[in-house]
Amino acid sequence: MVATEGRDLAPMRTLILKSLFAKPVTVPAPDASAAALDEVGRALEDRVRRVYGRSLSIREVDAGSCNGCELEIHALNNAVYDCERFGLKFVASPRHADVLMVTGPVARNMKVALERTFAATPDPKFVVAVGDCAAGCGVFGESYAVVGSVDQVIPVDLTLRGCPPRPIDLLQGLIALVDKASGRTGR
Amino acid sequence: MTTSEDRIAALLADALAVVPMRPWSRYEVETMAFEAIAQALGQGEREMLGLWAESGMVHLAVRRIGEAPCVVSTAVIDGRFPSVGVRHAPAIRPERAIRDLFGYEPVDAPDLRPWLDHGAWTLAGPLGRRGDPVPRHPADYPMLPVTGDGLHEIPVGPVHAGIIEPGHFRFTANGETVVRLEERLGYVHKGIDGLLTDVPLERAGKVVARVSGDSTVAASFAFARAVEAALGLDVPRRATVIRGVMAELERLANHFGDIGAICNDAAFAIMLAHCGIFREKILAASAAVFAHRLMMDTIVPGGVTANITAEGARLIVATLDEITPAFEEIVRLYEDTPSIQDRTCGTGHLAADLAVRFAAGGPVGRASARDFDARRDLAYAPYAGHAFEVPVLTAGDVDARVQIRIREVAASMKLIREWLRALPEGPTLAPVPDAAAPAEGIAVTEAFRGDLLVWLRLLPGRKVARCHVRDASWFQWPLLEAAIENNIVADFPLCNKSFNCSYSGADL
Repeated sequence: MVATEGRDLAPMRTLILKSLFAKPVTVPAPDASAAALDEVGRALEDRVRRVYGRSLSIREVDAGSCNGCELEIHALNNAVYDCERFGLKFVASPRHADVLMVTGPVARNMKVALERTFAATPDPKFVVAVGDCAAGCGVFGESYAVVGSVDQVIPVDLTLRGCPPRPIDLLQGLIALVDKASGRTGR
Repeated sequence: MTTSEDRIAALLADALAVVPMRPWSRYEVETMAFEAIAQALGQGEREMLGLWAESGMVHLAVRRIGEAPCVVSTAVIDGRFPSVGVRHAPAIRPERAIRDLFGYEPVDAPDLRPWLDHGAWTLAGPLGRRGDPVPRHPADYPMLPVTGDGLHEIPVGPVHAGIIEPGHFRFTANGETVVRLEERLGYVHKGIDGLLTDVPLERAGKVVARVSGDSTVAASFAFARAVEAALGLDVPRRATVIRGVMAELERLANHFGDIGAICNDAAFAIMLAHCGIFREKILAASAAVFAHRLMMDTIVPGGVTANITAEGARLIVATLDEITPAFEEIVRLYEDTPSIQDRTCGTGHLAADLAVRFAAGGPVGRASARDFDARRDLAYAPYAGHAFEVPVLTAGDVDARVQIRIREVAASMKLIREWLRALPEGPTLAPVPDAAAPAEGIAVTEAFRGDLLVWLRLLPGRKVARCHVRDASWFQWPLLEAAIENNIVADFPLCNKSFNCSYSGADL
């Protein structure tokens, strides 16, 4: 137990006040890459609104990755990329998801878990294979322990390459997915 | 103590120092000598750095505190080798992995349950025996029995709720209190030891860089140093300093990520928000200078493939300048907020004797009084001869593991600044000669999560006959099981994140 008496609560107050009045750290628009991110985000938001009523719930599944892709998918949630401002939300259960983002070459030891996660995701659902490994096993092909790319286990709607793909690449990819989703729903 | 010390020294003196391994020695010993050395590990006279196999041979890397490590190898006879695990518990999981990968039986082993082989491979003993597989359902695995009144089990995973790697945790709880945690890992086993057998050097480098994405720099660093040691190759000074900058940038990025994520698992999200920005700034600077956010494949045998321009150096320093005051501010916030301190102080205590017994590296060991850092104690360029702070604490709780990371952030920043102030001129890559004969090399680097060992044997024709990568996680995962005992289930994410072991790095 930690004594609460005599503690100075000023740091919290200062930091919160500063944060309230500070400019957003979320990339604004000065240089080219920041502008691209902003543009990508808004385009996505419009389509997401039309198809999924403002939101796309994503469940991430590591099927054998080295964790590099997870680090960059994680970055989508930070204050700089802040994917939630575009209606993109990571959820804790496949039962709440519209999209499965799957990373890694599918390890044989993960095959059943991946199939079950896919089965647990309600329709309509989309699968995004993230990273060179998910797309084509990367450096991990030719192994007794690897089934293959993600599409050899579950149907894949979109593949985002990169080792690992940058967060900006991931955002751009999610637009393409929403395009595809729009096509499917006939809008 | 001295008698047994003399005994081991005598055993090693009698043994053949085999194919020249550099920079440390490798001895081939008889079964009995191997057993005696395993016994010495169990009695705390040596610490274990790794246990792995190749076709027909088992290798055990050991170190006596204050001395250079060595590797002791013994032949597999009739498909059997002496169990190290029965004498020294930290060897149990590596031994189970050897049994699964090669089909070699550890004689008298205390635990013969499969570890990496979940019954889904196309071969049994794929790197050794190569028998027909016996397919099993992945859930077909006997967990250790826990009995008592009012106990219940909570199975978690392999697919977890967050954006993290897969693994299975079986909690046995009495109400809210964890009585036992048992880990079952191996889900992301990709056959890395197989992919590092008889491969071209370049290919091996790419695989090693992807053993654990968060430690890609540290792994490539160790791999390159092992190759250079095997070949007796000198690396240009500028290249070693650039390697150091990259290794410390990787440590910064990961420590920021961990400090934020640990606090977030205690619902103190403001830390994650700020640390996420610091991490992003480091990655953006890395991308600008090294053309890759995680700096993958940039350290290669002979040097580095990227240079730091004057402008690049300024960008890195400016990034550190920007982060420093903001980081100090959130550290004060962490230290002065009772609600977060109440969650981290005293939670997930790891006893110092366990940290020593398992030779736990990184912040996990240093938060429990184990004063070891490969950068200082197995010094290598560019750290050798450089003074830097290695923080050590004794509390052994989540807070201590956070505090170690906080102090290491400052130490890393200081190192980077010093190096960039006086970056040596010259080339950044030396040509890598072919091996004239089989040659072995070994290296340990200090990754952000602890010491990372790479051993390899090169063959003429720019080939790697065999390479093994041992992440610090091997010896930290079992300690998490001990640290969570008697804590509440709800504090597991907090404890787990404060360890932040690698799944991929240990599943291989």
